[in-house]
Amino acid sequence: MIGLQHYLTLSAILFSLSIAGIFVNRRNLILLLMCIELMLLAVNFNFIAFSRSLGDETGQVFVFFILTVAAAEAAIGLAILVVVFRNRRSINVQELDTMKG
Amino acid sequence: MIFGQFSPAAPEITLLIMICIVLIADLFVEDEKRATTFWLAIASLAVTAWAVLASAPDAHTLLFDGSYVSDALSQVLKLFAIGTVAIGFLYARDYLRQNKLMKGEYYLLGLFGLLGIMIMTSANSMLTMYLGLETLSLSLYALVAFDRNSATSAESAMKYFVLGAIASGTLLYGISWIYGITGSLQFDGIAAAVRNDAINSMPLWFGMAFMIVGIAFKFGAVPFHMWLPDVYQGARTPVTLYIASAPKLAALALILRILVDGLGELHVVWQGMIMVLAVLSLVVGNVVAIAQTNIKRMLGYSAIAHVGFILIAIFTGSQDGYAAALFYTLTYVVMAAGAFGMVILLSRKGFEAENLADFKGLNARSPWFALMMLFFMFGMAGVPPWVGFFAKLNVISAVLNAGFPILALIMVLASVIGAYYYLRVIWYMYFDAAEDRSVFQADIDTRIVLSLNGVAVLVLGIIPGWLLTLCINVIRTVY
Amino acid sequence: MHGIHLTIVLAPLAAAIVAGLFGRQIGRAGAHWITNLAVGSSFVLSAMVLKHLYLDGGQAENYSLYTWAVSEGLRMEVGFLVDRLTALMMVVVTFVSWMVHIYTIGYMHDDPGYQRFFSYISLFTFAMLMLVMSNNFLQLFFGWEAVGVVSYLLIGFWFKRETAIFANLKAFLVNRVGDFGFILGIAGVVMFTNSLDYATVFASAGSIAAQSVEVLPGIPWNAMTLICILLFIGAMGKSAQAPLHVWLPDSMEGPTPISALIHAATMVTAGIFMVARMSPLFELSETALAVVLTIGAITAFFMGLLGIVQNDIKRVIAYSTLSQLGYMTVALGVSAYSAAIFHLMTHAFFKALLFLGAGSVIIAMHHEQDIRKMGGLRKYMPITYWTAVIGTLALIGFPGTSGFFSKDALIEAVRESHWHGQGAVYWIAYLSVVLGVFVTALYSFRMFFLVFHGEERMDKETKSHLHESPWVVTVPLILLAIPSAIIGWFTIEPVLFGGFFGEAIRVTSEHDVLARIGETFHGSWEFIVHAVTAGPAVYLALAGALTAWFLFLKRPDLPEKWAEKFSGVYNLLDRKYYFDDLYIKGFAAGGRRLGLFLWKSGDELVIDGMMVNGTARSIGRFASVLRRVQTGYLYHYAFAMFFGLTLILAWLLWA
Repeated sequence: MIGLQHYLTLSAILFSLSIAGIFVNRRNLILLLMCIELMLLAVNFNFIAFSRSLGDETGQVFVFFILTVAAAEAAIGLAILVVVFRNRRSINVQELDTMKG
Repeated sequence: MIFGQFSPAAPEITLLIMICIVLIADLFVEDEKRATTFWLAIASLAVTAWAVLASAPDAHTLLFDGSYVSDALSQVLKLFAIGTVAIGFLYARDYLRQNKLMKGEYYLLGLFGLLGIMIMTSANSMLTMYLGLETLSLSLYALVAFDRNSATSAESAMKYFVLGAIASGTLLYGISWIYGITGSLQFDGIAAAVRNDAINSMPLWFGMAFMIVGIAFKFGAVPFHMWLPDVYQGARTPVTLYIASAPKLAALALILRILVDGLGELHVVWQGMIMVLAVLSLVVGNVVAIAQTNIKRMLGYSAIAHVGFILIAIFTGSQDGYAAALFYTLTYVVMAAGAFGMVILLSRKGFEAENLADFKGLNARSPWFALMMLFFMFGMAGVPPWVGFFAKLNVISAVLNAGFPILALIMVLASVIGAYYYLRVIWYMYFDAAEDRSVFQADIDTRIVLSLNGVAVLVLGIIPGWLLTLCINVIRTVY
Repeated sequence: MHGIHLTIVLAPLAAAIVAGLFGRQIGRAGAHWITNLAVGSSFVLSAMVLKHLYLDGGQAENYSLYTWAVSEGLRMEVGFLVDRLTALMMVVVTFVSWMVHIYTIGYMHDDPGYQRFFSYISLFTFAMLMLVMSNNFLQLFFGWEAVGVVSYLLIGFWFKRETAIFANLKAFLVNRVGDFGFILGIAGVVMFTNSLDYATVFASAGSIAAQSVEVLPGIPWNAMTLICILLFIGAMGKSAQAPLHVWLPDSMEGPTPISALIHAATMVTAGIFMVARMSPLFELSETALAVVLTIGAITAFFMGLLGIVQNDIKRVIAYSTLSQLGYMTVALGVSAYSAAIFHLMTHAFFKALLFLGAGSVIIAMHHEQDIRKMGGLRKYMPITYWTAVIGTLALIGFPGTSGFFSKDALIEAVRESHWHGQGAVYWIAYLSVVLGVFVTALYSFRMFFLVFHGEERMDKETKSHLHESPWVVTVPLILLAIPSAIIGWFTIEPVLFGGFFGEAIRVTSEHDVLARIGETFHGSWEFIVHAVTAGPAVYLALAGALTAWFLFLKRPDLPEKWAEKFSGVYNLLDRKYYFDDLYIKGFAAGGRRLGLFLWKSGDELVIDGMMVNGTARSIGRFASVLRRVQTGYLYHYAFAMFFGLTLILAWLLWA
């Protein structure tokens, strides 16, 4: 029987993967955006699992909001990505280092 | 009231309607200077402020099934947020015109950000808080990137966006755990559940730890501060001014609503975490600021140090402490707006007065504005009788009352170190020869408001009584 | 009366703001008119306040204007305590300040920072008035720091000069040491009384004295002794008492009007005033008074010695100021607070006069300050000369001048102060003040003769341009010369023996040396007669003057002849060199070597090197290391966040 803890574990794994993806990936900005999406999906998993086990719908409502916000976030993220590319002709993460100290 | 049963949310609704009006109106503005957009934005703020004032002041009104609350705290924070945004818009105007950046976006995104701030101050559930936070954050990401031709702006926007998204993801992950354990998204529901049976629940603490990451990021507390100096430096100065001022009020609402309203019972648990963050912020902020040569970056690190003070005030977990945090945030926002206003004032077409050296000899160029900058620096450094002194004194006294003399000592030492880099600005202004003698191009209304802003930093310090009483009363009615 | 008090304080502030911020708009004439008017009216009003309190028998007033904040029952207020002590200080401060304002019109005539200068000195006047009129410790501290800040601004006024910046820094650092003691003292007061208000604190003085604190475990200190000594450390910094005196001579880098106003007449006497104001506290600790007495005596004598070997005209007067401040401190140490304030007042007049006279000479000499390159100025500058005669006579205590009355009364007070016992402290103090009279006369007249008499040693170019200074310079000299000459005659009786200060200064009866002297006091004339017939002081002063005359005026033409005829006994007979040797190679060089040693080992190595610079440097190094953490790489930032998250989770598990 697959229970709550299995879902939570899955979501924790997804979350950890997204974290690892963010600081292991040093090349492509698009991968970063994907990792962020993955992180939000992990959260969604958690919410739905809890919502089911609590028998309470608000968790699922929250998920809809997260999905909406995630879409908006992706739009803005990609827009910024375009601006970065226009200015630098590159979307390499390692090259974003003009400001430091 | 026009909004019937929704009248407690009148400020947000009004602002949203006004934003739509500005949005559409801006499409038809052909004027290069966009005076219409600017004045419409100012008018929106005025109407919103009126809507805040018109709603019942002391009531604790719940709305939308308890997801939204209108109380004294939200009102004070909203009014200050509207005020600082208005000041920021005004300071920005001449700069944007000179740099050919006068587009409607700055004002629209600013207004959207304000909407997010206002929603956050009135949030009574995790969902409302999250939506407000995202409204604010998404506007800020876009604002930072809004000069499309600047590579540094784009870089800082990208950094801000990625890290901000991670922070909100972490916050959400925390929220999901809290929701799972307590079965509620509303702060009062969470508080009740915690009180009843979940106090010692390790998963709850676990969720809380994730949420603290999100909160600390919004504040820019060490070690979640990395975005802050880069964004302060990379964004165009009016945007930095915006980020440095009003969102701090939202961050205060975030921490007070979540940690105090929702998880107040777990005070002993989060206390330690907040303390570590606060002390790190104090030390890192003040020390690294010394090594800076870019004034926006220096003010960024100074902001981190100030966050240390605010967090320590929250850390005490007492009404005194919360009132001190509120007082500190309100006054800091006024000082930060003014200090960045000065940076904007010194900039002109094609020239950003970003470096500390650009302040050299300011006294010879304009004794009055040198004096204003001195007010802001003394205010931030906490020199009596400027208001910053009083803000720090409140926090220190709250900490002493809570029985943590060592922390008070750390704060005093950090302030002493911090005084150095503020005084260096003053030293440059008064004891160095000017390298640049150009005349400021700001309009008269900007000059007047900037002067009033500077004088306010002194006057608030000389008569701090009313604001302090206000803060204490607000905190008493809420907690 | 309240309106008048407020006007006295605020007029200079308003003038300072206008001259400072709108200097360009109102122009040079506008700046000096507005500040002169403001300070002049402050003086007139202060004189009215004094008249009201003294001649009309008005009551002292103690009131709060504004409550700044209340914290834990501790009221932080702005308020005035205007009694006769305050009123006297107000008159002295505003009078000297006004004279300096007038004088500055001439002295700073060609300076590009003209308006800024007027703004600063008016601001100084405001701060000094806040200090003397305060009725609580917080405002006292505010005034204390504010006069300090303006003083640093003014020492560094010519901020393009390296030396000025150095002097500025030195003054700042040394004063920090004093202020540290001062603020600890205030903290002590708050700790024991939970009040900042003078009246409340003085009322509970007895209970403080009954308590003891253990600063070092196992060694109980009387609380009052501790507080008084800490407060006195503050006074030592501000009033330049040894060993915190080092900043004052260097402060001469500032423009001369500042030396007269701040570093002679007013700010440096703030410490003296403060101790007198705190007399109800100091009276309860004989240990603290003994410390005060010893420090004062050391300063009075040894700083005077240094004055003999200086060649810079302003530095000679600066050392003289140190020595005279030492005299005032001695008077405080023997509980003769009134005598200290009396000497403070006369000193303010004659020392401001001397400084402004020196400034007049400096203008004539085209900013040459070396007295070896002067001489014979008497015939070129008659007004400066005669006012300098009066100033110098007053300084050495020539019978009848104001300085005579105050200094002689002070010496009498020390002699009468048997309550300190006849031990070391008493003899150090007594010998210092008596021998100090000789030293004072020696250096004063040395300078006087070298500047105004004898051979004209300046170059031809300068000589051809020598002339008397303009009226804006000479009028203040004359106006200051009048009180320097005569004010002692009719003020000694009321101030010292007539209970002028009333309740403002409290002295316990067994300490009250002035009352004992008062028993034999029969008027000013009798006092002079008594001094001439009995005391050694007057003769020592004359001897000092004669020695100076002989060594520095009469001798210089003889050595060469004698050296040719009796080259063997030349050195033996040439007492000038004997003295020079004694002072330069003995005292001065020894002192200098000791000073150098202390400076190198103490100041440079320990204080500057290890504490000030060391801390700054290590923080700087720390900062440059710490900023490298901010690499600029997004993944490092993200990593820092996860590191933080781990930290928080670890804390959770651990707690």
